[in-house]
Amino acid sequence: MVYVGPAVILGVLWTCPPSHPSPTYGIKGYKTDNVNSRALIGQKKCFSRPRAVNVDLQTDATLQVDISDALSERDKVKFTVHTKSSLPNFKLNEFSVVRQHEEFIWLHDSFVENEEYAGYIIPPAPPRPDFDASREKLQKLGEGEGSMTKEEFTKMKQELEAEYLAIFKKTVAMHEVFLCRVAAHPVLRKDLNFHVFLEYNQDLSVRGKNKKEKLEDFFKNVVKSADGVLVAGVKDVDDFFEHEKTFLLEYHNRVKDASAKSDRMIRSHKNAADDINRIASSLYTLGTQDTTELCKFFLKVSELFEKTRKVESRVAADEDLKLSDLLKYYLRESQAAKDLLYRRSRSLVDYENANKALDKARSKNRDVLQAETSQQICCHKFEKISESAKQELIDFKTRRVAAFRKNLVELAELELKHAKGNLQLLQSCLGFMKTNT
Amino acid sequence: ILLSDGPSPAITPITPPTSVIAPLFIDTLCLDKCTTLREEVDDSFDINISVSDPEKVGDGMNAYMAYKVTTKTSMSLFKQREFSVKRRFSDFLGLHSKLASKYLHVGYIVPPAPEKSIVGMTKVKVGKEDQSSNEFVEKRRSALERYLMRTVKHHILLKDPDVLQFLESSELPRAVSTQALSSAGLLRMVNKAADAVNKMTIKMNESDAWFEEKQQHFESLDVQLRKLHISVESLVCHRKELSVNTAQFAKSAAMLGNSEDHTALSRALSQLAEVEEKMDQLHQDQANADFYLFSELLGDYVRLLAAVKGVFDHRIKTWQKWQDSQILLQKKREAEAKLQFTNKSDKLQQAKDEIKDMEGRVQQDERDFEQISRTIRKEVGRFEKERVKDFKTSIIKYLESLVLTQQQVIKSYFTFRYVTASV
Repeated sequence: MVYVGPAVILGVLWTCPPSHPSPTYGIKGYKTDNVNSRALIGQKKCFSRPRAVNVDLQTDATLQVDISDALSERDKVKFTVHTKSSLPNFKLNEFSVVRQHEEFIWLHDSFVENEEYAGYIIPPAPPRPDFDASREKLQKLGEGEGSMTKEEFTKMKQELEAEYLAIFKKTVAMHEVFLCRVAAHPVLRKDLNFHVFLEYNQDLSVRGKNKKEKLEDFFKNVVKSADGVLVAGVKDVDDFFEHEKTFLLEYHNRVKDASAKSDRMIRSHKNAADDINRIASSLYTLGTQDTTELCKFFLKVSELFEKTRKVESRVAADEDLKLSDLLKYYLRESQAAKDLLYRRSRSLVDYENANKALDKARSKNRDVLQAETSQQICCHKFEKISESAKQELIDFKTRRVAAFRKNLVELAELELKHAKGNLQLLQSCLGFMKTNT
Repeated sequence: ILLSDGPSPAITPITPPTSVIAPLFIDTLCLDKCTTLREEVDDSFDINISVSDPEKVGDGMNAYMAYKVTTKTSMSLFKQREFSVKRRFSDFLGLHSKLASKYLHVGYIVPPAPEKSIVGMTKVKVGKEDQSSNEFVEKRRSALERYLMRTVKHHILLKDPDVLQFLESSELPRAVSTQALSSAGLLRMVNKAADAVNKMTIKMNESDAWFEEKQQHFESLDVQLRKLHISVESLVCHRKELSVNTAQFAKSAAMLGNSEDHTALSRALSQLAEVEEKMDQLHQDQANADFYLFSELLGDYVRLLAAVKGVFDHRIKTWQKWQDSQILLQKKREAEAKLQFTNKSDKLQQAKDEIKDMEGRVQQDERDFEQISRTIRKEVGRFEKERVKDFKTSIIKYLESLVLTQQQVIKSYFTFRYVTASV
């Protein structure tokens, strides 16, 4: 579960008169901790400030990054990125900057486009914060305020706000995971852009991609996937990589499927919990109106369902956190691993082409030196990528196993806890009712 | 043996689907032996009716479902202690129609029969033995059982000869007028519409606040029960959805476990798939409990409240009849007074006779009105008592089903935790 620190200031600004077309509101001063984000990448649990940080990673002492605060505004989220470092590169030992989603994307893309990092699994970019659905629901609620009772309205408002908060927490966690992964990587953590991102306390003036650039990206992706298919056909000499290729392809597809099915399952769970909520309200009204001894009965059952549905909502939320998020994250990471394999295969093809060109040049005895240098460059590049790729893929597996193990164990614990809680509520209510009839 | 048109029909027994057939916690509502108003019956109320063994009789559009109705009783009212007959759905409707025509207008709350369903029955007739038509048959079987139990719980209806014949007699004349598209059906619809119009125009001078109070109480109860019913139906629907989605996720998790190349993790993922499969089954069972123990109870009471309302409306009609005859009497008296001043002695005598008759009628109508008022008071008392008992029993059973589900969930996740911890 995501722990909300004691210093949280949660003020929801609700400025939405019914006639206003679109509401503006924000959740201020939200503090998060990195328990869940670290769990996703298989790192040991850390506690949020001000408690002592559990230093478990070899890299932690020298560079520690987290998102200490976040503010959600109308159409953007502002993250406060907080860094603690003993490295000489930084001016101070501890500092914070405010960053938006686009700047994270800029950083990620700069890694992808950097040839030097071709041999690493680039930590996947965090997904864009998406509050549209939640905002729409809150807006609809504001419009329908007149048509429901005050209690119903307050109840629904609280639920929608909780939903909004949950999405908010998630997006903060996703962005934090990205930074932690970069900070933990022995090479990427030294990247200059990363340091600028962490330290430069003014706006990076990174705008989102305009239409033309988005179109360029689209074509780039089309070319890449076509190329990917071509390159994938090349059989690898190295058994390790051949195995990894087959494995990753299948794994990626199955994680995708599992992620989608998990989402659907959890949505059904939420729907059922919402129904129990409505049932509880109806039973309450019945209880207050009934003239027979059933009124006590209805009120007791209504109370019970209020409590059990909160438990059911928690079950759905925990499944979301421990299962869905885990699967979604490894969907992205396995894609990043596939990209690495693609880059390696690409460089292998380039190497082989360079070899062919060299042979041709030698036979024609023309531009031999040029062909030789070109071949050497390709060879060097290929070997460098292969070497680091092997380690990266091994690390990927270690991280994956650790993350799954942790999340599955925690999932089991939470499910058990909630089921026991539910059971106790039900049994005590039943006990009361049976003695009173 | 039921009367049927064709030669000996093919009888196809329907195998009830295992998911629909009650797991441990779904007893039928009627199995508890309840006692009714003891002061109004001779021997103690001891009767249990079960409806079972649905069998398809015949083929094509003339096919129908035959249900076995078994009565177990120690009451002297019946010739035997245990006996069965075969009945079809229209027989139940016929029984209700007869009881309604005899008792509704004098103020007895006659339990309504289960609703017809052209779509549901057509699927069964057409011969699809799939999940949905099996579920439909099971729903109907359960509804018919509840209907009969409610009917015999009523001490007056229990003694009715039509009820006794229905339960005991091996052959029953076909109730044709219950068909929706028959002339009797159309007549019923017309009457219903006429009643609705009448209700809007009759304004009664209520001298007894009790009736107004009760009517309002039942009206608001109706609104609340309908609302609750809709929410519970939604819960049933979503739980069924959850069951399907959980099953799909289980399969997906199993596939993921297969492709995972770390052996211990692969095993853990397979275990996750197993747990989710169990969850799927639990969700399905719980959805059934949601339906049979909660949703159907509410549906039954929404229909029962319509019968209660009908009884109150009949009282108003009876009052109106009384008022009308009083007005008519008044007119006749005026006519007689006018005749006094003429010399038509024979007409005068006739008028005097008519007045005498009319006075008799007015007295009878007044007695009828008072009778129906008395009956309704008793009936409402009985109804409310039944309602309290019904709801308490069902809801306790429902909570017990929820308890069982949670216990199973705990068991499943316990094993799962054990396996994942060893990854």
